Amino acid sequence: MIDPVDFLLLVKGPLFVWALAIFALGLSVRILEIFVLGRRRNFAEPRAGEWLPGLRTMLTRSVADPGTFQRAPFNVIVGWIWHIGFLIALLLFIPHIELIKSLLGIYWPGLPNPIVDLVTAVTLVALVASLVHRLTHPVKKRISTFEDYLVWALTFLLVLTGYLAYHRIVNPYPLALGLHILTAEIFMILLPFTKLTHIFTALIARWYNGASFGRRGVQS
Amino acid sequence: MTVTDKTLGERLREHGISRRGFMKFCAATASMMALPPSMIPAIAAALEKARRPSVIWLSFQECTGCTESLTRSHSPTVEDLILSVISLDYHHTLQAAAGEAAEAAREQAMQENHGEYLLIVDGSLPGPDSNPGYSTIAGVSNYAMLMEAVEGAAAVVAVGTCAAFGGLPEASPNPTGAVSVMDLVKDKPVINVSGCPPVPMVITGVLAHYLTFGRLPELDQYHRPLAFFGQSIHDRCYRRPFYDKGLFAETFDDEGAKAGWCLYRLGCKGPSTYNACATMRWNSGTSWPIESGHPCLGCSEPRFWDAGSFYAPLSVPTDASGETLLAAGAVGAAIGGAVATLARRKVKTEAASRQPVTVEELEQKL
Repeated sequence: MIDPVDFLLLVKGPLFVWALAIFALGLSVRILEIFVLGRRRNFAEPRAGEWLPGLRTMLTRSVADPGTFQRAPFNVIVGWIWHIGFLIALLLFIPHIELIKSLLGIYWPGLPNPIVDLVTAVTLVALVASLVHRLTHPVKKRISTFEDYLVWALTFLLVLTGYLAYHRIVNPYPLALGLHILTAEIFMILLPFTKLTHIFTALIARWYNGASFGRRGVQS
Repeated sequence: MTVTDKTLGERLREHGISRRGFMKFCAATASMMALPPSMIPAIAAALEKARRPSVIWLSFQECTGCTESLTRSHSPTVEDLILSVISLDYHHTLQAAAGEAAEAAREQAMQENHGEYLLIVDGSLPGPDSNPGYSTIAGVSNYAMLMEAVEGAAAVVAVGTCAAFGGLPEASPNPTGAVSVMDLVKDKPVINVSGCPPVPMVITGVLAHYLTFGRLPELDQYHRPLAFFGQSIHDRCYRRPFYDKGLFAETFDDEGAKAGWCLYRLGCKGPSTYNACATMRWNSGTSWPIESGHPCLGCSEPRFWDAGSFYAPLSVPTDASGETLLAAGAVGAAIGGAVATLARRKVKTEAASRQPVTVEELEQKL
């Protein structure tokens, strides 16, 4: 078995550099490709501006319309809960802020650990609920692909290993922390090449939609 | 009665250690080794009667900090006396003899107590494949001296992180090819008392355990006595409630630092460090690094010199930087831009060279 300290130094050192490089390279390939390809040129005279409707749609498309909510309340509520929980744990947990600060030089205030802990526990429960729903709902079950399960497993493991490391349930601690960082690295490496890219492209897509509505004079 | 025939109890009394002081030491040892209080009389009885085992202490690539830690108490403590009274047939820093007389004492002790002496090592040593000239004693390479001394030892105690894990000499780029005792000694029990330096009570605790039970204590996966290295600094830290509440010092002189909040953001390695500082403390229980306001360096863990900055939080990667992110992002942007531009150009040239077909032409073809 690999020595826990060696393992931690490996995932904190060279593996993190590789994961970060693949993530940054892959993601900027994808984003640049989207922007440079752009949209088909529209020769019609625009009826209204693009920017404001684009920005508005970034917001409105993030909140489910009443019809969607009535048809699939579970998807909307549970989806919202774990997405927000994931973002809070990712961006407001102090060790994560320190990591971002060391890489980008920017930082912001974090939340006290017990709050992040509670949010993480709720996120884990919501993620399990979403998997059960996916496996039992006849339509969702049919349209789910291997990638859907892969992305779910990665997200769940990432949150779970973080929770275990914080609570020091797996011993020794360097092994627990190393497993969490390793999961984060696999997440980062696969992010640009799976539907996880939506973390960065969802809002861009919503803007394009809204901009297109605005140009055509449709309500955004 | 010769000097060596005296029991430990007699020797301690000679040095003015009272029965009360001795029993206090036994009680402390029992509690530190996680033994039930009912064991205290047994420990006392065993130590009282113990004849000094021969101890040979070899110092290799080290800074003498471990010896300093173990011997330099402000007042002679029971720990200190047990250590110095117990044995030490050879310790070239502490012994009066020098040169050939010193080496002769070592060889004599090895012959007379063959198979029974305890070998204590501090410092790492150049491995068998590296230049032995990096560290020699009396013209003998460290490697040859260790292997010769291990031959007749009952057990080997590696004192300090250098002996236990390689420590500073082994840190990247390891110019002397330094290795730890554990790397070389495979056929004898090795017990690691790591730390830079180790807590004095830990070494006397291990010796007391050996004298009482005639065997070495239970060890963790790094061959460290579980009784002292079984719990992390973080789990026993008196500042832990601040970590749990999310109250952190962010610089060494801010309000948080003055209020004694958690030092995680200042680089404390307490969460990943297993040692007894938080419970046993230093300088006769006066204080310890975190209590004095400095983050734990993780000095009792393997490769702590190469685990990133002492002042970088545990969650910060050791090699990656913003430049990595920028460089990879720039390369990716170039590739993405190039691929998309090529695609656009292809669409453009296809459009330019496109040959429209009329309905009539198509009908003719059909």
